[in-house]
Amino acid sequence: MISARGVSWRYGDNPVIDGVDVQARPDRVLGLIGPNGSGKTTLLRLLYGALRSRTGQVTVDGDELRSLPPRESARRLAVVVQETGGETALTVAEMVLLGRTPHLSTFQRASAADHAIAERCLTRVGAAHLGSRPFAALSGGERQRVLIARALAQEATHLLLDEPTNHLDIRYQHEVLQLVGQLETSAVVVLHDLNLAARYCDDLVLLGNGGVVAAGTTDEVLDPAILEPVYGIGIQRLDLEGDIHLLFHPVKDPA
Amino acid sequence: MSEAYILGVAARRRQTTLWLTVLGAGLVLTIVVAVGSGAVGIAPATVAQVIAHHVTGWPGEVTWDLPQDAIVWKVRLPRVLLGVLVGAGLAICGVALQAMVRNVLADPYLLGINSGASSGAAAAILFGFGAGFGEHALPFSAFLGALVASLLVFLIARSGGRVTSMRMLLSGVAVGYALYAATSFLIFASGSAEGARSVMFWLLGSLGLARWDAPLAVVAVIVVATIALLTFGGRRLDALSIGDETAHTLGVSPDRFRMRLLVLVSLCVGVLVSASGSIGFVGLVVPHLARRMVGSAHVRVVPVAALLGAILLVWADVIARVLLAPQEIPIGIITSLLGAPFLLILIRRLHGSSGGQ
Repeated sequence: MISARGVSWRYGDNPVIDGVDVQARPDRVLGLIGPNGSGKTTLLRLLYGALRSRTGQVTVDGDELRSLPPRESARRLAVVVQETGGETALTVAEMVLLGRTPHLSTFQRASAADHAIAERCLTRVGAAHLGSRPFAALSGGERQRVLIARALAQEATHLLLDEPTNHLDIRYQHEVLQLVGQLETSAVVVLHDLNLAARYCDDLVLLGNGGVVAAGTTDEVLDPAILEPVYGIGIQRLDLEGDIHLLFHPVKDPA
Repeated sequence: MSEAYILGVAARRRQTTLWLTVLGAGLVLTIVVAVGSGAVGIAPATVAQVIAHHVTGWPGEVTWDLPQDAIVWKVRLPRVLLGVLVGAGLAICGVALQAMVRNVLADPYLLGINSGASSGAAAAILFGFGAGFGEHALPFSAFLGALVASLLVFLIARSGGRVTSMRMLLSGVAVGYALYAATSFLIFASGSAEGARSVMFWLLGSLGLARWDAPLAVVAVIVVATIALLTFGGRRLDALSIGDETAHTLGVSPDRFRMRLLVLVSLCVGVLVSASGSIGFVGLVVPHLARRMVGSAHVRVVPVAALLGAILLVWADVIARVLLAPQEIPIGIITSLLGAPFLLILIRRLHGSSGGQ
């Protein structure tokens, strides 16, 4: 379980996140939603320690994140970031195998077991056939799946993803999030698309104006009365066969 | 296990084994031929016999004359070995630096280390600085200069608490320019034309100082240790070369790791420059070639780059000795002449292959 209490971050004098509490519970998918600039990605980065909050604290399975050595924190938190490594000439297999880094000491070679894990994770994201290809030559969707495979190979207890559906075709958006939902780990996902959040997240945190506007189960948070003022758009909610669907329409200018 | 996965790992491994074998054989051949060439030509077979005789005691019967023995063992072999070490060292420091700053144009001299060494060398040549160290005064004061330069770069780079790649690049360039000015000032202030010429010669690089002595041993130890550390710690270099964020999420603290690499590379380049002057382009071009051969996994790139750099530098030195014999050309001129067009070809290829993006 990842638990953040009273964390903050500011860029210059501009507070993006101000005294926020978040909890990612075991075996559930937590979605971070909110309009552009509401600090979704900043909050995620605070949760895995790429940014260090001056206030409050983040704990992972009861231990304070900042007290964990880097290797140990990477064994607990696997992260899929939006950083593709542009010119790298690694093959896909080599890229996924890098996920084993936190489990190996600096000068230790990857064992047969490490290769087996990497291969299994690549199969799991439906990319086993890509193993021998250069990573740089893949399409955006293929890259995203390979990066998820690398995160899976870390065998961490938590998986954090920053907009994993970016650059993906609609089919792969659903495939990726389905996969995240099936994992035995708890997951935290930054999402833009509220309908994807509605379908695949168990809990949601809605950010706006530097703080948490609403937090709770997906059903509780996706309330048009809560969402409309934050996003500044008209929202109609349809509950069909137990699934939540949101329809959007521009608000009429009062003037 | 899927075929594609096995291929993605094993194909690269096979390629690497092949290249290491070819380059290893190439290096042995290069050493023998290079020792044999010069003002007095010596047959490769004789060279091999002399070396074998000195190293293993076999063949016990001496079939060559004493001057040949002296030329091979006392004069040329240490020089060629220094070439091997300097070439390998510059190449792998280039590999490490390009991973650290994620810039394909990074080379070992970017950190201003050579400028520091040059200032030290100029002080020694023009003003007799470090005379207390006798015959080792020049390499010693050059090393001192390199040390001061890298210390400056290091302190400036970490002044903000974090050693980012951009901060490292900028402080390296700034310190480099400042010390370059210091060197020019020393030359100007000394007013000695002869001294200025020797400094210039040293600045352009030469393997002429090579002897069987302590400095050569120091170079050997440092280069071999650096190769080993970078090769077997290659996975962390892979992570860092993808990005700071990626390194962090894989349990490699990017700032701390970059700091350690900076210390290692500074030490290695400092030792190399004090032994041979600044020899350009090897550390810039060889890493690109090595990556083209075996991909970007550093466990493979580092040893391949080391062998390639060694071969390249020894041949450059042969050209430097033979081209205007008996006069010797500074080796830096040769490496730059060979390196510049090489780099242009690489850039063309680079753009050709990623033209779609």
